[in-house]
Amino acid sequence: MKILVCISHVPDTTSKINFVEEDTKFDTNGVQFVINPNDEFGLTRAMWFKEKQGATVDVVTVGGKDTEPTIRKALAIGADTAHRVDAEPLDGFQVAKELANVAKEGNYDLIIAGRESIDYNGGMVPGMLAKLIGANFINTCVSLEVEGDTATAVREIDGGKETLKSSLPLVIGGQKGLVEESDLKIPNMRGIMMARKKPLNVVEPVSGEKQTQAKMFRKPDPKGEVTMIDAENLDRLIDLLHNEAKAI
Amino acid sequence: MSVLVYTESENGKLKKAAFEVASYAKGIADLMGTSVTAVTVNAESVDELKTYGVEKVLKVSHDKLSKFNADAYAEVITQASKKEDAKVIVISQSANAKYLAPLLSVNLNAGYASNVVALPKTDGEFTVERTAFTNKAFNMTSISTEVKLLGLSSNAYGLKENEVSLSEEDFSPELNDENFGIIVESVDKNKDKVSIADAEVVVSAGRGMKGPENWGMIEELADVLGAATACSKPVSDMGWRSHGEHVGQTGKPVATNLYIAIGISGAIQHLAGISASKNKVVINTDPEAPFFKAADYGIVGDAFEVVPQLIEKLKEFKANNS
Repeated sequence: MKILVCISHVPDTTSKINFVEEDTKFDTNGVQFVINPNDEFGLTRAMWFKEKQGATVDVVTVGGKDTEPTIRKALAIGADTAHRVDAEPLDGFQVAKELANVAKEGNYDLIIAGRESIDYNGGMVPGMLAKLIGANFINTCVSLEVEGDTATAVREIDGGKETLKSSLPLVIGGQKGLVEESDLKIPNMRGIMMARKKPLNVVEPVSGEKQTQAKMFRKPDPKGEVTMIDAENLDRLIDLLHNEAKAI
Repeated sequence: MSVLVYTESENGKLKKAAFEVASYAKGIADLMGTSVTAVTVNAESVDELKTYGVEKVLKVSHDKLSKFNADAYAEVITQASKKEDAKVIVISQSANAKYLAPLLSVNLNAGYASNVVALPKTDGEFTVERTAFTNKAFNMTSISTEVKLLGLSSNAYGLKENEVSLSEEDFSPELNDENFGIIVESVDKNKDKVSIADAEVVVSAGRGMKGPENWGMIEELADVLGAATACSKPVSDMGWRSHGEHVGQTGKPVATNLYIAIGISGAIQHLAGISASKNKVVINTDPEAPFFKAADYGIVGDAFEVVPQLIEKLKEFKANNS
């Protein structure tokens, strides 16, 4: 089985979110970049397929040279080959088109991406990619098994779960649940050394076509002061929730 | 040309989110000087949509669509959009809508903006405001394609009554086997409980509850309020509660009217996930818990004392106000 894991290079979840250039760009100053958490769950599941079922695992990202440490980390975790499409990722459709090109070239059986990146939260790249290459697509996937050319997946739905079956090729929008948090791997020294020798191909972009453009950013308005209520006076809480917040 | 809205139903009944997306679609139609057409799949009564400004409903009834199937549903909306020559398509941000959105976007070559929170600006460029960085920021996004697809965040626009007269039309899209490449084997949905996505109130608890055996009072409080239950990340990581309840940056976002957090200290990732909720109540023993800074109402106290009392008081309140 040939697996491709799509990786987005995103600010760490604890990063301070600020904007520069008249609020048109994210302020990367002092920000640590990581593998998008939703992608990392998928990458770790891919490693399981490599270890248990002899799958090969390629990783791909769309981004500038600054994203290479992130994709090297994926190699250090155990991916075999990395591809970096040398383009600034500005729009979900643009990224999906670039990934579709790499996916078609590599003829993968299974493509795992995260359900969304934690920066722009677009939530569109995996589904667009599937549609562009004519593969099946399962989103918000929390469990994945592959037997022969059939995948069985569990998808999170509002208020429950669904079990789905699909033939390959298949694109997954993954998230936590594909593996547990405790299964995530920190690269060891041997992995890091080996990653230096693994191929990292720089791929020329095929299309610059964009459908959307992120313009101005703003931060939410500062929140009002919290109203503290005495634990002995819960009637006041109920009164405030009913009359002030109109929430009950 | 009209604004097309996909109004979701469950077991034949329109969901509340359907009326919110209809209200929003009507807002856009007014800006563009056009009307709203809704498309429904296996919904029985659609008459209530007229209250929220829908003038025409394309009713799709199809046995093969009895279970949600993203590709087939996207195909239904694609054909409805083409029939209506829709330039703007509005969907919700339910799990199903988010699943079908990118497929629909490719089918229609329609630029897609997700997590939209306000009406678009249509003078010159078409731009909408959406959330980004897991609710830590808002972002104006422009869409340059002729057809635009907007996913409206839940509770971002609200229900707006705008009564019009409504016509219904049966619509039979052409679906083929390729649209059913994914087979739904089983659906495991808790029918007695509200889901986090549909809930007006969410009661959420964290490590302060000390163990999964203490969740009885959390469920009871949720019951009294007609609320969904949720939890913090450590609680789901330790397996005290299912992943489906995990709220935060890598879990579910919550945009509800009332969010009650019990024994949750308020990690930055959790706060991001719930920040779109309108009213936040925090109950925690530690007065220094960071969550208090993000709360609207705070109580410093032991959950094991406060929650049972709160349940009794709320029962009394409900009895007197129903």
